Amino acid sequence: MKQDKKKKRNFKQWIPFYLMGLPGLIYLFINNYLPLAGLQIAFKNFSYTKGMWDSPWVGFKNFKFLFRTADSWIMIRNTLCYNIAWIILSAIVGVTAAILINEVVGKLKKKFYMTAILLPYLMSMVVIAYLVYAYLSPTAGLFTKWLERLTGTAPAFYQESKWWPFILTFVNQWRNLGFGMILYMSTILGIDPSLYEAATLDGATRWQQHKNITIPLLIPTVVMLLILSLGQVFRSDFGLFYQVPMNQGSLYGVTQTIDTYVYRALLKNNDVGMSSAASFVQSVVGFLFIVGANKIVSKLDKSSALF
Amino acid sequence: MVNTGKGWKIAANIVMILCSFLALAPFVLLIIASFTDETVALMNGYSYLPEKWSLSAYEYIVSQASMLGRAYLMTILVTAIGTSVGVIITALLGYMLSNRNLPGRRLLNLYVVFTMLFNGGLVPTYIMYVKTFAVKNTIFGLIVPNLLMSAFLVMLVRNYFENSIPQDLYEAARIDGASEFQTFFRVALPLSTPILATIGMMMGIAYWNDWQNGLYYLNDAGKNLYTIQNILNNINDNIAFLASNATSGVNLADLPTTTVRMAIAVVGILPILVLYPFFQKYFAKGITMGAVKG
Repeated sequence: MKQDKKKKRNFKQWIPFYLMGLPGLIYLFINNYLPLAGLQIAFKNFSYTKGMWDSPWVGFKNFKFLFRTADSWIMIRNTLCYNIAWIILSAIVGVTAAILINEVVGKLKKKFYMTAILLPYLMSMVVIAYLVYAYLSPTAGLFTKWLERLTGTAPAFYQESKWWPFILTFVNQWRNLGFGMILYMSTILGIDPSLYEAATLDGATRWQQHKNITIPLLIPTVVMLLILSLGQVFRSDFGLFYQVPMNQGSLYGVTQTIDTYVYRALLKNNDVGMSSAASFVQSVVGFLFIVGANKIVSKLDKSSALF
Repeated sequence: MVNTGKGWKIAANIVMILCSFLALAPFVLLIIASFTDETVALMNGYSYLPEKWSLSAYEYIVSQASMLGRAYLMTILVTAIGTSVGVIITALLGYMLSNRNLPGRRLLNLYVVFTMLFNGGLVPTYIMYVKTFAVKNTIFGLIVPNLLMSAFLVMLVRNYFENSIPQDLYEAARIDGASEFQTFFRVALPLSTPILATIGMMMGIAYWNDWQNGLYYLNDAGKNLYTIQNILNNINDNIAFLASNATSGVNLADLPTTTVRMAIAVVGILPILVLYPFFQKYFAKGITMGAVKG
């Protein structure tokens, strides 16, 4: 009896804490948990008038329709291929940039480089689409006009899909370079300077020092980030694939990803069935990948894992 | 680092100058394009050295002040409301989770982290917000979905409250008779300005740059709620539409000219360009913190 009372009072002391957390918890409930009930839409013949609960069940019909189309394979291929290529490329580019900026002496210079290189990361994809358009626009693009003057003709960039794997890769690396650089830089700054001192005393060249000290010590961070980003291979940067190619239909073959497909099917074609099926696959497979990636990460290094 | 080889130093500087140049060049072109004479721009294309400069793009913007000014105010309004509400509820939730003795802490943590692992995707989220909460063509559609709070930032704040502020300070405040809310506002918040600045800036940039909520939750009927980003996106849509349908419903004359488009984009990114050098430190910090703990 006495203990019970004590427990009650103890619990009372926590009430203010729960009240503080409540708005945030409610928001997550609305924004992240309620939509989970909507996953059933993928198995229904959804109609806006009947609503989510009263629309009739249709089993796997939406998925059958989806995977019968060529679109489904194109968007999955694009999502996976771009992601995997960029994950590897970003690691190489980021590590190289981080090593190089660490070689720069002078606080002011370093700060200038960092500020400049990080700037694209702060821009919205709409603005980035404008920047790309300024170079490639068929009527006034800087490159288009240059090429016209030099060779007489210029490719119609927004009509020919063969350019876009390169353009998208470049834009992606251009935008994220600063982010990756800072990420790896912080790890390099954490390396014990006495290691380099000892290596210098032993007569190691700069290249040998990086090869034998910096890179091996960066590997755990690189591996960790690689695995974590592999967990995200089913998600794509909607803005990059939607905005930068200016939503051109003739480019869909190399610019359509799961995210752009879901958006277009849902809001442009009003095809809730197909888009919910694609969205469902993305959510569930993505979840399995993330959980898998985290399992691996927590085996390697518990403190880097999400849970 | 000690004893930098001379060749390395030079090579590093050259590569970094090149990268900085690559990063900045498009913005320079954007700004110059907005000051270019329209006919010259159409004839020679955008250029770093236009033959004729002009202020007409900005004169046009001023003449359209009612539409663009409204969009600008919307951007400011959405950013201000979203960021302040977001920072407050994030800090409160982070503070709650930072208390090691809180009953049910593990479960509540899992509740927050799970949202980073699994989400319903666009279709259920969209249908719920539109059907259940009727946010279509309201300002809530711009503020509430997805941007108001992220589990990731909650975790950053929680770690800060837990590891960077001595727990004794909270105890001392409680012994002095402060309520939990007083402890939070008088002790925890003032000591956590670095992290609050970092997450505030991240949220602020996210709101300022956001066009996706407008794309999903505003249509023609909600045009008067457009932010600058939505206007830019809308112009893009019309260009794309024109490009794929030579004879279409979009009137070419309604479209802002080549230089005006660039001027609107310049106006849209101006605050970031101006404020960013001062915030750069916090931003870099935010990235590193994210690296340390997903």
